[in-house]
Amino acid sequence: MSRLSEERVATAKEIIGRFPRRKSALIPLLHLAQEQDGYVAQDAMVHIAELLDLAPAEVYGTASFYEMFKFHPVGKYCINICTNISCQLVGAWNLLHHAEERLGIKSGGTTQDGLFTIEDVECIAACTEAPALQVNYRYRYKVTPESFDALINDLESGKLTGEVPPHGTLASVRQTTTAAWSNRGVEEQAQVDAR
Amino acid sequence: MSVPSGPRIITSRFDVADGHTYAGYVRTGGYVSLRKAVSSMTPQQVHDEVKAAEIQGRGGAGFPAGTKWGFLPAGVHPRYLVINGDESEPGTYKDRLLMERDPHQLIEGIVIACYALNASQAFLYVRGEMAHAQERLAQALNEAYASNMVGKNICGSDFSVDITLTWGAGAYIVGEETALIESLEGERGMPRLKPPFFPAVKGLYMQPTIVNNVETLANVPYIVGQGGGDFKSIGAPTSTGMRMFAVSGHVNKPGVFEVPNGVTTFRMLFEAPEYCGGIRNGGSIKAFIPGGASAMWFFPEHLDMALDKPTVDKAGSMLGSGAIVAMDQTTDMVAACWRIVRFFARESCGKCTPCREGTTWLERVLKRMLDGHGRPEDIDLLFEVSESISPGIAWPPRQTTICPLGPSAVSPIASAVRRFRHEFEHYIEHGRPIDGVESPFATHLASHA
Repeated sequence: MSRLSEERVATAKEIIGRFPRRKSALIPLLHLAQEQDGYVAQDAMVHIAELLDLAPAEVYGTASFYEMFKFHPVGKYCINICTNISCQLVGAWNLLHHAEERLGIKSGGTTQDGLFTIEDVECIAACTEAPALQVNYRYRYKVTPESFDALINDLESGKLTGEVPPHGTLASVRQTTTAAWSNRGVEEQAQVDAR
Repeated sequence: MSVPSGPRIITSRFDVADGHTYAGYVRTGGYVSLRKAVSSMTPQQVHDEVKAAEIQGRGGAGFPAGTKWGFLPAGVHPRYLVINGDESEPGTYKDRLLMERDPHQLIEGIVIACYALNASQAFLYVRGEMAHAQERLAQALNEAYASNMVGKNICGSDFSVDITLTWGAGAYIVGEETALIESLEGERGMPRLKPPFFPAVKGLYMQPTIVNNVETLANVPYIVGQGGGDFKSIGAPTSTGMRMFAVSGHVNKPGVFEVPNGVTTFRMLFEAPEYCGGIRNGGSIKAFIPGGASAMWFFPEHLDMALDKPTVDKAGSMLGSGAIVAMDQTTDMVAACWRIVRFFARESCGKCTPCREGTTWLERVLKRMLDGHGRPEDIDLLFEVSESISPGIAWPPRQTTICPLGPSAVSPIASAVRRFRHEFEHYIEHGRPIDGVESPFATHLASHA
């Protein structure tokens, strides 16, 4: 869809400023693109390449390695159901099956209205709360078919709008600090010598 | 059943409503150790306390942190501290809690570690999927900078350090330290060959780099505050301090517990009322995973073993990342084995052929057994492929690969097939599990890849 907005370019520059080398900001910048459009658009990758002095292919080369980045539109709400061992032991596949029936799509698919995508994912570090899922990376614990249906109803009715932002938004708070030092190698050595 | 007790070191603020805020942290004794370190100790003295504590790294390998810190070559700057918050080993759930519930404790540990290491920049790499942890850490970092606990001239001293919060985007392999460094450099998260790329010598941007796990660093404020000797007196001499374990699966009350290291047993965790309170439905343990999906499985005869690193290592497995998964007598071992192997097949980065091809083969063979299309030669085939990934199929696993991911996929096969061979044979012959065992795919396996 689009290049990064002016506001996001400003954020991108702050992020770049916290790394000794520009390319280290690549993954955070890809997240900015996904936050803007709900997926990582081609134009956004070209724009990121310009911001980081990279070829667009280098941007895509890194981006395509990582599971979270989507290169085509997905549902406004991505529901990731964990089926790894701890969740499998207590009914994750039945939950996934229920989710597929309820939404009329298979794992990996998106509903026609563009609201929901479901995926069967690997361990999300909520093993003692199994079976667990994430909706746009917000957790739901000990999920039953009934609580799944309630979640879908709440998302459809807009009841969770404040709690669950559209797909692509991760943390609602950003680091805002600026680096204390600029020439680290020299200053570190000076500090060691001074002690 | 009585269980050994100990102080709550790193989970002490989990019940404090505002423990994640700067005010709540300082009110409950936070940042006292940092002040002490920068105002009255030399970096070497701080390092000596961590060495004296003999704390083993909590990320999986269990290497002593104080020893690791000593690997940095003198006089090479800049040098970096990288914090591995990419918790994703199946069954593992503790670093996320530490980041969400007590972010300042981690930040304090990081700053103290940087002081000891003479490093002026740390990179805190949080797993991409952990939005809430990222939020809490961002908030805490902003507060800590504003309060002069991070940044320029910390607590009025001449010591300055920056912490850069960054995060991944979904890749288990990035939990491997050299892959994490690649990812931090904006690359695909593929491991580097060691040697020459030992992070302490050639790490981030080819500079000396220490990579520590979140839980390891969260212990540092206590160690500096109370002294390494105090920490070492807790637990067992061979596994010091308190340690977090997540116990999941077929127990009555799954949970994350901070327990005395080295002296608590698996049976205590499963059965004691203060921990999991027994196996569900009054059942019994058929097998359990003692340290994450990469570990060899344990069985009822291991229940009274202490959670002590050398003891568990000697018994042929590992405590890994503190991830214990209980499987009761109804567990379908073929399905359990397949699910873990599928994880490694999905997460292989593709760099080394034995892992990329081997894990995929293993997954397909197990899948066709589950689907009722198993062949009589399949069990031999599983071992043959396993042998190509990890010759000898032993513990610790040998590698034909750059990192341990591929060999890890052999663990569930070696464990499950050797112990429950009849269940695999039954699947091959009848296309279904043995009697008394529940398939986790009641109705619908055929619809999934």
